[in-house]
Amino acid sequence: METRDAKFIDIHQVEMLFNTRKGQFHALRDINLTVRKGEFVTLIGHSGCGKSTLLNLIAGLLMPSEGVLICASREIGGPSPERAVVFQNHSLLPWLTCFENIYLGVERVFSATENKSAMKERTKAALALVGLSAAGQKRPHEISGGMKQRVGIARALAMEPKVLLMDEPFGALDALTRAHLQDELLKIVAKTGSTVVMVTHDVDEAVLLSDRIVMMTNGPAATIGEIVQVRLARPRERLALAQDPLYAEYRTSVLEFLYRKQAVAHAA
Amino acid sequence: MSAIMDTEANANRQAVTMRDGVEVAGAAEAGAPSAAGGAAVRPRQKAGNRRSSVPPWLMQIVAPLLGLAFMVLVWQIIAMNNSQFPTPLLTLQEALKLFADPFYRTSPNDQGIGWNILASLQRVGVGFGLAALVGIPLGFMIGRFNFLSSMFGPIISLLKPVSPLAWLPIGLLVFKSANPAAIWSIFICSIWPMVINTAVGVQRVPQDYMNVARVLNLSEWKIITKILFPSVLPYMLTGVRLAIGTAWLVIVAAEMLTGGVGIGFWVWDEWNNLNVPHIIIAIVVIGVVGLLLEQLLVTLAKAFTYEQVVS
Repeated sequence: METRDAKFIDIHQVEMLFNTRKGQFHALRDINLTVRKGEFVTLIGHSGCGKSTLLNLIAGLLMPSEGVLICASREIGGPSPERAVVFQNHSLLPWLTCFENIYLGVERVFSATENKSAMKERTKAALALVGLSAAGQKRPHEISGGMKQRVGIARALAMEPKVLLMDEPFGALDALTRAHLQDELLKIVAKTGSTVVMVTHDVDEAVLLSDRIVMMTNGPAATIGEIVQVRLARPRERLALAQDPLYAEYRTSVLEFLYRKQAVAHAA
Repeated sequence: MSAIMDTEANANRQAVTMRDGVEVAGAAEAGAPSAAGGAAVRPRQKAGNRRSSVPPWLMQIVAPLLGLAFMVLVWQIIAMNNSQFPTPLLTLQEALKLFADPFYRTSPNDQGIGWNILASLQRVGVGFGLAALVGIPLGFMIGRFNFLSSMFGPIISLLKPVSPLAWLPIGLLVFKSANPAAIWSIFICSIWPMVINTAVGVQRVPQDYMNVARVLNLSEWKIITKILFPSVLPYMLTGVRLAIGTAWLVIVAAEMLTGGVGIGFWVWDEWNNLNVPHIIIAIVVIGVVGLLLEQLLVTLAKAFTYEQVVS
């Protein structure tokens, strides 16, 4: 049981090759990573380094060319509600209300064991968790980008996934909304104890949220460069952390990696 | 000179009739030359006012009316130079006679224009309905499964450009009767746009939505009802719209060949009677019915199209 929790997600010797028109593209090589149960891990790197590919591999949306991915002692063979994904562009269905969007996932996971009213309660609870109880009957185009992203998170959390996978969930939001949602995510994760793997390119976001920051080298054939353990006490407070010398140190070491060791020559 | 004045008066009268309906049409029938002259002057004054300040709604009315007037003018000029061709006025009088009693029935081959239109619409309805029943599910499956797409793609590409009328003899052969053969032609011509558009719609469902379906591990039934169907609906309705347009084109031609009751046969019958005004009336009627069908489906499409979220 100990090893199972310590290696809740176990990525072992993963290689990823894409067949493109120009031939094979070697996206990821030699990826080895374990994630503890309840851990918050962020993947950071320059664009094109394959961090989203790695996330999609964990999600089961892609299959590795070589190597294995294990989640909760079982090999990842395809997408599953136990590994819920929050997409960058929220991916809510525009013809369903926020409530219905969440209910769709809830129904899939719990319809075998629970009745309708219990599942509706779950949906309501998920909306309440992200502070959107009032917006349940609205359609996605009637609410703001930040609210859409929160519905996306609620949809993922409502399924009570073993792992929450987030692909730059706040990338498309303005700075203030992003900060607000990061704070909310911290609270939610503290409450639910979820295991989270999140892709980001925002250094502050990575340091603020993570237990570990996995920094990836530049592609092609990207791999894990360094891993930073973030030993900041939780609950974390954005304003207090800004003064914390340890926070600044972590931030510097990530920046150092990204902009000195993995500097992109053609960076725009 | 006076002839041209008269023409313009006719044009204006026609235009007014279109807008105000029976009442003005009655006045036109009374047709005193002085009254007609007055009608010709009045719109001119309006046009003069329009130049100073142009309300857009007025333009929207005036421009189509001018187009209509131009068409009637051309018609009148042709009619004046060709004794066999009826004038607009004569045609209008014939039309009023015809539409005074659209639902008479003296013999199977002599029925009112209303019955003829309804008979054609019924054929289109049945053939088109059957095509939708087969075509839309087929389109869904072709769009959903690559294997079926590869399997049926070449057949559809081969059969699509074939004129539906080429299928008429096959229909006659199989059904041994004119009416099912006509319906068969409608079926064949309206099925392709529905199959193709539905399939394209399914193939163009945004990958994001399909990823949601995969992550939520939705059942095939849920994927169809909650993701594919709402997403494909706009494409499907475009296919339906194209199909009904083609069906209405084809029915006229098919009925000319098969005979019986129907607006297409009616045109042919009137040609055999050398009743040219009736042929012109039929052309207008076919146009109006086609336009109404199209508008009906556009309204339907608008009601069922969800706002696409662009963000």
